[in-house]
Order: sequence, then C-alpha cells, then structure tokens
Amino acid sequence: MKSLPGLSSRVERWKREHSSQIDDVKYTLYLWKRSPLSMIGLVVVAALVLVAFLAPYLAPYDPIEQNLSDRLLPPSREYIFGTDTLGRDILSRVLYGSRITLEIGIIITLIGGSIGTLLGIVAGYLGGKVDELLMRVTDMFFAFPRLILALAFAAALGPSLMNMIVAISVVDWPIYARLARAQALSAKREDYVEAARAIGAGTWRIIFSHILPVCISPIVVQVTLRLGDVILTAAGLGFLGLGAQPPTPEWGVMVSDGRNFIMNEWWIATFPGLAIMLVVLGFNLLGDGIRDIMDPRLRR
Amino acid sequence: MRDLLAVNNLRTNFYTYRGVVKALNGVDLNIGPEEFFGLVGETGCGKSVTALSVLRLIEEPGRIEAGEVLFDGRDLLKLREEEMETIRGKDISMIFQEPKTALNPVLKVGFQIAEAISKAYNMNLREASEKVEEVLREVEMADPSKVAEKYPHELSGGMAQRVLIGMALSTEPKLLIADEPTSSLDVSVQAQIMRLINTLLEKRKTSVLLITHNLGLVAENCSRVGVMYAGNLVECADVKTIFADPAHPYAQGLLGAIKMRGERGKLSTIKGLVPDLVNPPSGCRFHPRCQHAEKICREKQPRSVTLGSGHSVSCFLFDGA
Amino acid sequence: MNLGTYVARRLGLMIFVLFGVLVITFIVSHVVPADPVAAVLGSQAPPELIEKVRHEWGLDRPLPEQFINYVWNMLHGNLGKSIRTDRPVSDDLLQYFPATIELSTAAIILAMVVGIPLGIISAVRRNKLSDHFARVFSIFGISMPVFWLGLLLLAVFYYKLGLLPSPGQLDMLLRPPPVVTGLITVDSLLAGDWIVFSNYLSHLALPAFVLGFASLASIARITRSSMLEVLRQDYIRTAKSKGLRKHVVITRHALRNALIPTATIIGLRYGSLLEGAVLTETIFAWPGVGRYAVGAILYLDFPAIMGSVLAIAVIYSLANLVVDIIYGVLDPRIRVGE
Repeated sequence: MKSLPGLSSRVERWKREHSSQIDDVKYTLYLWKRSPLSMIGLVVVAALVLVAFLAPYLAPYDPIEQNLSDRLLPPSREYIFGTDTLGRDILSRVLYGSRITLEIGIIITLIGGSIGTLLGIVAGYLGGKVDELLMRVTDMFFAFPRLILALAFAAALGPSLMNMIVAISVVDWPIYARLARAQALSAKREDYVEAARAIGAGTWRIIFSHILPVCISPIVVQVTLRLGDVILTAAGLGFLGLGAQPPTPEWGVMVSDGRNFIMNEWWIATFPGLAIMLVVLGFNLLGDGIRDIMDPRLRR
Repeated sequence: MRDLLAVNNLRTNFYTYRGVVKALNGVDLNIGPEEFFGLVGETGCGKSVTALSVLRLIEEPGRIEAGEVLFDGRDLLKLREEEMETIRGKDISMIFQEPKTALNPVLKVGFQIAEAISKAYNMNLREASEKVEEVLREVEMADPSKVAEKYPHELSGGMAQRVLIGMALSTEPKLLIADEPTSSLDVSVQAQIMRLINTLLEKRKTSVLLITHNLGLVAENCSRVGVMYAGNLVECADVKTIFADPAHPYAQGLLGAIKMRGERGKLSTIKGLVPDLVNPPSGCRFHPRCQHAEKICREKQPRSVTLGSGHSVSCFLFDGA
Repeated sequence: MNLGTYVARRLGLMIFVLFGVLVITFIVSHVVPADPVAAVLGSQAPPELIEKVRHEWGLDRPLPEQFINYVWNMLHGNLGKSIRTDRPVSDDLLQYFPATIELSTAAIILAMVVGIPLGIISAVRRNKLSDHFARVFSIFGISMPVFWLGLLLLAVFYYKLGLLPSPGQLDMLLRPPPVVTGLITVDSLLAGDWIVFSNYLSHLALPAFVLGFASLASIARITRSSMLEVLRQDYIRTAKSKGLRKHVVITRHALRNALIPTATIIGLRYGSLLEGAVLTETIFAWPGVGRYAVGAILYLDFPAIMGSVLAIAVIYSLANLVVDIIYGVLDPRIRVGE
C-alpha cells in the first residue's frame, strides 16, 4: 500500500509538467464535440473501413457470379439493392466495391503523397536550382486539369485498375510537393534549424529530424481533404472505362453499367453512385473537421 | 459642468470555450469636456474592452450585459444601431494600436479618409476628397497629394498612424479614444505622434481617452488618470495626485514600481498573479494580492468613494461602511 | 510594379508553362505507351505495317529530334489525324470547342451568381440556421459525382417529369443558325432567331447546372471562409468605428478583400469544369470536346485523345492567366514583386 501515495504524487507531477499539452488535447476534444459534422465524417470513414474489411461476411451473394435468370430485378427482400444486367446482386457488388475504393484511395495517397512530400521537402530545404526545377515541373503539371491528365496517362498506359492508380498518383504528387515545399521553406528559417547546422548536423539528418515533423500535420490535413477528390477522379475514370475492368465491382464502372437503364432499372446506377457520394462526403467532412481543428488561427 | 462621458456600472462578458470571461465588472468612468484622460492598467485588465464597449463595437462572443454609457446626456447602450452609427466617427472617434492593419489594404489611403469625412458631414465622396489633402497636411505629411494616392502597405507605421489620427480628428469629434496608439511604434516616432496629437488638440475642443500601459506617456500628457484592475476602475484622480499619492493599494504598487530619476534600490513588485477572469476572486478582485485585505474584502465589492475633488477610490480602506 | 509589368510577367510565365504542357503531352504520347504505333493502329496490326508507320512517323529517330518535330507540328496546328473521324484532329476540335466553351461559361456564371451571395450570407449570418443549411448544402455539392448527378437529374426531369428537353443542344427539328463564331448563343442572336436561342437555353440549363453544381458549392465555401477571415480583420473594426453603415462595411470594405481568394478558386474551378465537361457532355450528348475525347478513348484514337488533352490544357492556362490578371487588379499588394 505504500506505493500508492507515491504513484499518485508522480501522476500529479506528470500532469503538472504536461499541463499545456493536456490542455491542448482537452481543447481539441472540445472542438471535436462541437463539430457534429466532423463526427459524422469520422463515422462514415470508419464505416467504410469496416465494410471494406468485412465485405466477405456482409455480402449476401458473390459479387462476380452471374445469375441470368435473375437479371434486372428491382430491390426486394431477396436482393436488397436489386440486380444488374447479368443478374449480379448490386448490394454485394457495392460492398465489395468499397474494398476497391479504399485500396485506390490508400495507394494513391501513399504513392503520390510520399513522393510529393519528399521531393517538396528536399527542394524547399535545398533551395536554389533544385527548388526552381521543382517549381517549374509542378507548374507544368498544374497546367492540366487533373482528370484530363489522369485520363491521358490512363489512356496511354492502357485501361486497368493499377494503371489508373498510377495515372492519378502521377497527377496528385505535385500538390503534396508544393505544400511540403512551402512548409520546408518556413521551417528552414527557424532558429533551431540554424542551430542544428551550426553544430554540424548533416543535410539528411536535418531534413528528417527537424523539417519533416513540422510538415506532417499540414500534410495529414491535406491528405484527408484530397481523399474525397481522388475517389471522385477515380470513379470518373472508372465511369469512362479507363479504370477497373469488368467484372471488378468498382463503383464508377457500375454507374456506367447502369447508364442506359436509368429510366426503368434505376437501381443499377443509383446505389453505386450513392455509395460514392457518401464516402466522398465522409472524407470531406472529416477533412474539414481536421483542418478546422488544426488550424492554429481558428483555435481561439 | 456636465461630464462629456459618464460610464456607470458597465459589465461586459465574453462567452468562450473555457467559460464566461467576466471582463468588465462594473466599470465607472467620467471624462469631462476638453479633458485628457489616461486609462492605465496591466494587459488584460479591460482597458480596451471598456473603450470598445463605449462605442458598442463588442462582437461575438462578447456581450455588453449591463450598465450605462452616458455621452452628452444620452445613454449609448439604449440607442438603435443607426443612431449609434451617427455617433461613431463623428462625435466619438477611435484610433488603434496597429496602424498598418487598421487600414484597408485594397483601398487608397486618401479614399479612406474621405470616407470618414463624407459619412460624418453627409457630403458625397467627391466633395470629401477635396478635404483630404488638408487633413494630411495637418498631420505633417510631406507631399500630401501623393500620400493620398498610396496604399497602406506603402506607408511606414508612423505614417499610417498619422493618417489614422488625421482621419479620426478630421470629423472634429468631441471624444477621441486612443487605444495604445504608440505601442507598436519606435520610441522616437512615439514622441512625434504624441506631440502631433497634442498640437491638433490645441485647435479643437476634443477630449481624449488615452489607453496605455506606458506610465511615462500618461505623466507627460494626461490631466486625469484612471487605474484599472481586473475589470474595475479602482482609482481615479488628477495626474499629480495619482503619481504623488495613490490611495488604492494596487495603484500604489503599480506606481511604486516606477523609479523616479535619482532613486535607487530594488524595484517593488506586487506579489501574486493576474487573476483568471473566468473564475475571478470574490468580492474585491484585488484582495488575494493585497497586504491590507480584510474579511469584508473577500465578501463584498467595494463601492467608489470620493476622497477629494475629482479623486475617487474603490477600496474598503476608505469606505466606512 | 504597375499593372502592365505584372501582366507581362504572367504572360511570360504562361508561355513557359505551355511549353511544359507540350513536354508532358509528348512524354505521354510518345514515351509512355510501350509502342505508340500499336497504341494507334491497334495491337493486331501486322508487324510490317507497324514498322512502316513507325518509320513514317520518324519514331526511329532520336527522342530530342522527335520532340522538335512534335513541337513544330503543334505550332502549325497539326495535331495529327483522328483515326475515328478520319479528319485532322484540329478540324474536329475547332468544330466541337465552342459547345464546350458555352457549357463551361454558363456553368461558371451560374456558380458565381448563386455561390458568391450564398457564401456572403453564410458568413454574415454566421452560425444561424441559414448558415448551417448553406454549409451542409455546400459539402454535399462538392461530394457529388458529376456523372451520377447528371444521370439522376436527367432521369427525373426529362424521362419522368418531362420538364426539360432531351439531351443534345437543340430539338431535333430545329436547325442551328449560320455559323459566325460557332457559339450558338451568339450566332442565333446575330441571326435574330429567338426560337433557336430560347430552345438552346432550355437545353443548356440542366447540363450547365450539373456541371456548375460542384463549383457553386466550392465557391460558396471559399467565399464564406474568406469573408469570415476578412470580417475579423482590424480594418473592418476601423471602418465600423468610422460609423459606416453595415452594408457599406460589407460591400466596400469586406467584399473586395474577401473576393480575392474566391477569384483564385474560380480560376481553379474552371479547370474542374473542363474535367466535368468530359463527363457531363457524355451524359447529355453535348457535342463538345469532352464528348469527343471520350469517344476517342473508347476507340483508342490516340491522336484525338492527345489533341484534346493539349487543347484543354491550353484553354485552362489561358483561364488561369485571366484569373491572375484579375487578382492583380483586385489586390494591389500582389503587384509588388513575387
């Protein structure tokens, strides 16, 4: 029993030492609670991840299996979202499609985000010609509307899911590069970086230990804000036939499948499109929420 | 002689995430005609909030809860917004601490001055712009016609403040509220600006409410001084008395912290910390830091007591009751 | 610096960027595909034909030389020949571009006219019911897949309710006006043909709305947030202390500052409009560059795809230039160095 008083006084001391961080966390949670829309975003994104993982258990039917005797059936108890032209259950396809959507979003963000961030930080920190080069290259990429450039790349590479992911990543990285560069530029001027250089720290060490951590939070905000956009672009490319190929149940492709049936068999295009909208909405709400919370000026 | 401005029991709150900040706890303030009044106190004591409350420029999450602000006999808190708009800029003008951000960056400086004049005198903008050069000349700008065509980012801090002073005084207000007008300027520029203000005042019958934490400025310019602490005006007297013989313990501490030329020894300090206005001390808000604190100080708020002509204090040391 | 110098610098930058656009489209059309010729002729083409065409196109020449040829061709308006239509791509584009321009312009005008006031009202009535409503509406707007929205609205308003006309530019029985500019709105007015003009507008309404919807939401959001930001500034407090009426403070002082970020967004959104046009035109059978490009994709008509991409990039760069200039006019601080 003697250890208890000692423990509680140590806890007290820890609390006092870290009081400003604790206050910060408390304030962050307060802001979260005050923002119901951000909570909704979080719930939606969490639901997406959950559904993606549990799709095999949640889906009542196989998403690829054709069942021609049950084609074009309206939503019913047997087929909750109805069936498409090949008799496939739309609900199952939508559920499995969530995996593809998640996969697309994560991979594109990882590729585009990490390459872009790294290039941006290096260019921003090193400055000079390297920086100029990066700026001009990103300027060139920015001259294209994103979907159009992704379209060109996807067409050049050939229609496939992986090619589409590569195409969108190529189009996405300049955004992260510019953001990371701006962060690196301002971090470079900080006194602690000067100090690190003065004691002889090498370039790479400075970049990884000092510059990179500062850039993380704006990048995270940007990632959540961009995920919605990326998913929309991917769905658009899928709709045009440049992404996943049949029979893969990608949502954009499914909307395209239902396009000619929109008059009478409305469910084929409606449900996948609804899924796209909900997921993008979730990411946008979440991204907005994170951005509002992390923006130092709004934290007042 | 009736007071130009009489603030009675002004209470203003701010509703923030931490709770309700009770910024003004019943402020009583009097300024007479053609008087140069200095309002001093530590940062956060409510000086600026008082000024903004007088002009009813308090915005969400702030709210003026109670009190009276009698200007020329009228209670400003009871006026409609349109009536208040007639008073702002014309009867009461205000200048602020950061001159460069106080001007709209996308509008020319001359236009912004003309705007004030046109609103106050009900002229159209073209007539008003003819007066702009005169205003700029009065604030000692070299080449006034050129300056009028410039944008705020093209001016230095001192020049921008001159523009604001000119703009504020061009409408011949009865009261000029100056909220830390020199705090963000170089020391040499500070002196110029204060000299300019005094020069301009000689020609006008304008009272000044100078808000500052710089006691030197107060000593040089003011005729009367009010000391604020944590949302209350704790003492008010003419400038000589306040420096020579402050009555309130806080005022004594504040003014005792200055060393007169030639004095030696340690600087005295007031023990304790500035109070948290979300959970302020009960009764007299200074009591936790006061050497003379009694039981009554914890329980009730002291009223303002008159000690002599124009000298009042809020402290139970002087309040018989 | 004065406005003239600023414009000149921006122009120079645009030319440089356009050069970069050429580089990128070159890379995409000549370097990326494993075999550009197969990409054009189809992988089933006989090897001798592929070799012949490859030689004809100079693809066995070193890359830099190919690039110079490429640029030379581009500058002369030679974008190759479309496999699908068998016409020069440049002819195809010239025919289809006006329709896209009209659609995008109508969309952006709609977006600004509704979006900016929505954003202002939202900011001024912060946290009241109208603000919440507007914000939720905006978030939905930017989350909506354009192609899905178009499809649904078409199904509801045309197929089910019959309120709006069929997909396409004009009713089938009407004939388009004589071509002067290629823009049907202008041409029909010039010809004094009211029937065609009003019919065209009714056909334009839904696609323009669908295309502009996301931009509307985006513009409303950015107007709201920049307005809120501006309203917190010191100079707004000064303006109020001068006794200016509330609406004067908002329109004269706040708006000019708040619209600066909005102008940037409008420029960016024009790009998304061009993207969206690709999808919207497909759904509404609008004969513009977007639909042309999609047709080209499905047909694997490589020259047409690249030609469209290049053309769209050029238009986008021009739009950005215009926005940059407007930005310079609105904000005098920008003109002072980069």
